[in-house]
Amino acid sequence: MTGSTAPSRLPARRPILPPALLNPGVLAGLAVLLVVGLAAVAAPYLWTGDPILLRPRLRLKPPFELAWLGTDAFGRDVWSRVVYGARVSLAIGFAVATASVLIGLVIGLVAGYLRRLDAVVMRIMDGIMAIPSILLAIAMVTLSGAGIGTVIVAIAIPEIPRVARLVRSVVLSVRSEPYVEAAIGAGTRLPMLLVRHVLPNTIAPLIVQGTYVCASAILTEAILSFLGAGIPTEIPSWGNIMAEGRQAFQIAPWVILFPGLCVAATVLAVNIIGDGLRDALDPRTARRLGALR
Amino acid sequence: MTEPVLSIRGLTVPLPRGADRANAIEGLSLDVAPGEIVCVVGESGSGKSVTASAVMGLLPPILTPSAGEILLQGENVLKVGAARLRRLRGSRMAMVFQEPMTALNPVLKVGAQIDEMLKAHSERLNAEARRARVLDLLADVHLPDPPSLARAYPHQLSGGQRQRVMIAMALANDPALIIADEPTTALDVTTQAQILKLLKELQARRDAGILFITHDFGVVSEIADRVVVMQKGRLVEEGSVDAVLTRPQHPYTQMLIAAVPKAEPPPPRPRQPPAAPILAVRDLTKTYGGRGLFGGGRAVTALDGVSFALQPGETLGIVGESGSGKSTLARCIARFVDPSAGHIRVGGDDIAHCTPRALRPYRRRIQMIFQDPYRSLNPRRTVGQAIIEGPMNYGLSREAALARAARLIDLVGLDAGALGRYPHEFSGGQRQRIAIARALAMEPDVLIADEAVSALDVSVQRQVLELLEDLRERLNLSILFITHDLRVAARLCDRLIVMLNGQIVEEGPTGSLFANPRHAYTQALFAAAPKMRAAETAEATG
Amino acid sequence: MGRFILGRLAATLPVMGVVAVIVFLLLRLAPGDPAAILAGDAASPEQIAEIRARLGLDQPILAQFLSWIGRLAQGDLGSSIISNQPVAKLILDRIEPTLALATTTILFAVLVAVPLGVLAAWWHGTWVDRMVMAISVLGFSVPVFVLGYLLIFGFAMQLRVLPVQGYVSITEGLWPFLSRLILPTLTLSVIYIALIARTTRSSVLEVLGEDYIRTARAKGIGETQVLWRHALRNAAVPVISVIGLGIALLISGVVVTESVFNLPGLGRLTVDSVLARDYPVIQGVILLFSALYVLVNLAIDLTYLLFDPRIRY
Repeated sequence: MTGSTAPSRLPARRPILPPALLNPGVLAGLAVLLVVGLAAVAAPYLWTGDPILLRPRLRLKPPFELAWLGTDAFGRDVWSRVVYGARVSLAIGFAVATASVLIGLVIGLVAGYLRRLDAVVMRIMDGIMAIPSILLAIAMVTLSGAGIGTVIVAIAIPEIPRVARLVRSVVLSVRSEPYVEAAIGAGTRLPMLLVRHVLPNTIAPLIVQGTYVCASAILTEAILSFLGAGIPTEIPSWGNIMAEGRQAFQIAPWVILFPGLCVAATVLAVNIIGDGLRDALDPRTARRLGALR
Repeated sequence: MTEPVLSIRGLTVPLPRGADRANAIEGLSLDVAPGEIVCVVGESGSGKSVTASAVMGLLPPILTPSAGEILLQGENVLKVGAARLRRLRGSRMAMVFQEPMTALNPVLKVGAQIDEMLKAHSERLNAEARRARVLDLLADVHLPDPPSLARAYPHQLSGGQRQRVMIAMALANDPALIIADEPTTALDVTTQAQILKLLKELQARRDAGILFITHDFGVVSEIADRVVVMQKGRLVEEGSVDAVLTRPQHPYTQMLIAAVPKAEPPPPRPRQPPAAPILAVRDLTKTYGGRGLFGGGRAVTALDGVSFALQPGETLGIVGESGSGKSTLARCIARFVDPSAGHIRVGGDDIAHCTPRALRPYRRRIQMIFQDPYRSLNPRRTVGQAIIEGPMNYGLSREAALARAARLIDLVGLDAGALGRYPHEFSGGQRQRIAIARALAMEPDVLIADEAVSALDVSVQRQVLELLEDLRERLNLSILFITHDLRVAARLCDRLIVMLNGQIVEEGPTGSLFANPRHAYTQALFAAAPKMRAAETAEATG
Repeated sequence: MGRFILGRLAATLPVMGVVAVIVFLLLRLAPGDPAAILAGDAASPEQIAEIRARLGLDQPILAQFLSWIGRLAQGDLGSSIISNQPVAKLILDRIEPTLALATTTILFAVLVAVPLGVLAAWWHGTWVDRMVMAISVLGFSVPVFVLGYLLIFGFAMQLRVLPVQGYVSITEGLWPFLSRLILPTLTLSVIYIALIARTTRSSVLEVLGEDYIRTARAKGIGETQVLWRHALRNAAVPVISVIGLGIALLISGVVVTESVFNLPGLGRLTVDSVLARDYPVIQGVILLFSALYVLVNLAIDLTYLLFDPRIRY
């Protein structure tokens, strides 16, 4: 019936994400992300030398034809390490965004719908938010030992309360909508009610929030590794490369500046995409997100 | 004839590309003489509010007049510069807005907001003189205790008081023209009557011209000297209030006037033999709040020991102003909120306090139609999906549910193609029809209509009321009809309950209640309801 | 008003309680033997046993918690595994540079960001707006330490106008004190400015769409008056609240900034303790910063009373 009655109407279903997304900024952001993504995938073909090979004789060389971005204090090829580091950063950004969005979604739904649990759950979330996220992550990494998995968990946990709060606020505003009451009146049971009438309203804001989480996770990884509480030092991540460049910064600034530029460009790209997604959404949601950042 | 204070000549305001018509206003001409109240009447989208904003120079940049002139005492406000326009606003012309709740700045004291008018335009006055003037103005609009009121913040005042403050503000510099944009629409009828009286009194004293924007012919009949009727941006009829109300020429005007519900009930329907009530409410009480961490606090009693019974096939009207508890009553009966005490019997069983699980079988039997047609349908689900959701929850097969939906959509006057479309493709009136179909799909015992026609234009309102009347006869529906509008209640209801502060103050068959209201509050409600001066004539024409 | 203040005070208690529980459980729930982790890879069994005994890790968990909370209530944060000094003393020794940096940063950020946000909202949709938004996105995207090194590279190494690193107390003179704080303050305030400017812009924009702004225009008062008298005070609450929430960002930034500029503050203390796995110190700093965050936000909630009369009654 649905198909046969209105085949000629294009906006048949109100889209969850409107198409008004393709502004130049977002396109540029997507392009940057595409380049970084390709570099990460093709890292073994792009590097100019083994990223973990120590070359004592080539220590702290400025950029030259064999090492496009110079070498670090151990003579390792910075370009190769940066290309390889893209893998770690993107993986962490994506993993943290997915994990915190999914867990935050569940917590937010529970808090928004089961009023008995709401106060308790939200106080715990407030408590987590009161602990500065970097410090919480540092403590967790220190105690659990460095490792990519630990770092992902340590960055994701402080992000969860923000997602949960967002979902809860959407749930609370949607559940008083007359159409949700009409569905309750029509005898729709809770799981179906959530799936049909509540969840679709959370998808768009969650995608936006997920983008921001991804950006902030890439930044946080860099900071954690830079402070020595992140990815194990033998894995070249952007944060690790920069951490190792600290001592020799005044002699060889390129060791920090080039990976720093990569972090900034990637995070900027993700943030711009996030802003584009947000602006394409309902302005009310946008404000709510703006306040949550 | 004296020179008009306002003269609009051939005003055209184009709409942005992609709108449903080319111009918000097209070739509009009208005059307001000193001391005259001119009502601009029209339904939503008629361009009446755009006219008001255009005169004040408050149109958003996307709406820029393309032709015509607006002469304020001979001066074209479309041509003057920004600085001059600012001088004119607040001094020679002033505006009273629709929403008194949001039109005042919440963080500034009332007195300071009026004082600002004087400061901006009456430089001769010193602080002392301005203060005296503010108090005079507050007294002029009959606000109690002006000195302490001047020190109050807007949130401490009632809606009616805020609107009086807005009027005092508009009067501050003795403007030649006052524009009132639906100034009583957001208010209760009794408050509306007081504000209308105040405006008339002030206008008689001050000789200002008033351009009064409204959608309500009842209000027009109470206050207007002259009437301008607008439809889709054009003036379709203009004349003295008597001429327009008694001898409307244009079909649109005739339709609008005929659509206004009469404040007289039609002859009663034949009574059905008394039977066991289909819904019986006894001592229903709902208290909000008062259970905070620190206990006590402000507990609000929204419903206070309400009892009534609804007979099968009966339409029972529940009338009250905002805060009377009528909507809480509806929501308690539908169990969207949990009552604090009392009983709700459906058939033989008390559902007032049962658990959500035990409640489920009864949900089907009580269905609700909501006030806001734009929020009562999920924008992401088709009309068909919305209608079949309930029946399928109660075990009907998809095919059977779809067949029922097709039958119902036809019954409410939409074509079967509507089932596959999304709510945003329908107008407010159509959506309300869909909501009715959705409720009927459950084959309920009781239909609750909570202000179901209040958000609709009168012409659409009439159609939906006719639909309800028709369905009620055909399906022998029992309806609980919640409304603030006595005129609407009169038209549809067999019996009425009048509520005040969470309690029932009067109850009786519609006819006798209208003929002989006993409670003082009911009498006040009737007195306040805007009356159509020329009701009989309008009926003859319409 | 009293209800409001009492309510806010009461709301901070459970939050602080949750913080204490989380900090306490972090060590106890860590995978593996926490004493072994803290002792490091090269530790002998005796060293591990000693750490376990000192942190009370051999006690039942509830007893551990109660005695820990008891000591905490008396201001005893424990003592460092490495230097054996009381954590409270270590913190007091290091708090001055951090407070100095935080103060200059908050002042500078608010003074820059609020006007930027207001301008962007006022000139909504123009190049001013786009510039402010671009700066703000950029501020969110550059890692704090990269910015710090860029500033050092430019101002201290190339231009040689400011000292590279280090800290001098204000008692040694105003200029030596300030000159060493300029670059750290700039570094740290960028993300804070981005956050506050963004919120200010959206808050002012929202208020400018309100009915009472239209009323103000209908009164015939000037546009600057509309902005100053009617818009800004109404827009203040979200801005102030984000200044408070942003303290969290600021604290994270302090840790990094102090490392980059070699400021001997709490951030350095944290990093040094992380490298030395000195958990009592890390725990103390986390508790302190969390309490600070909660208290600042409590204070900020109370300032709403000044801006919104609706809360008072």
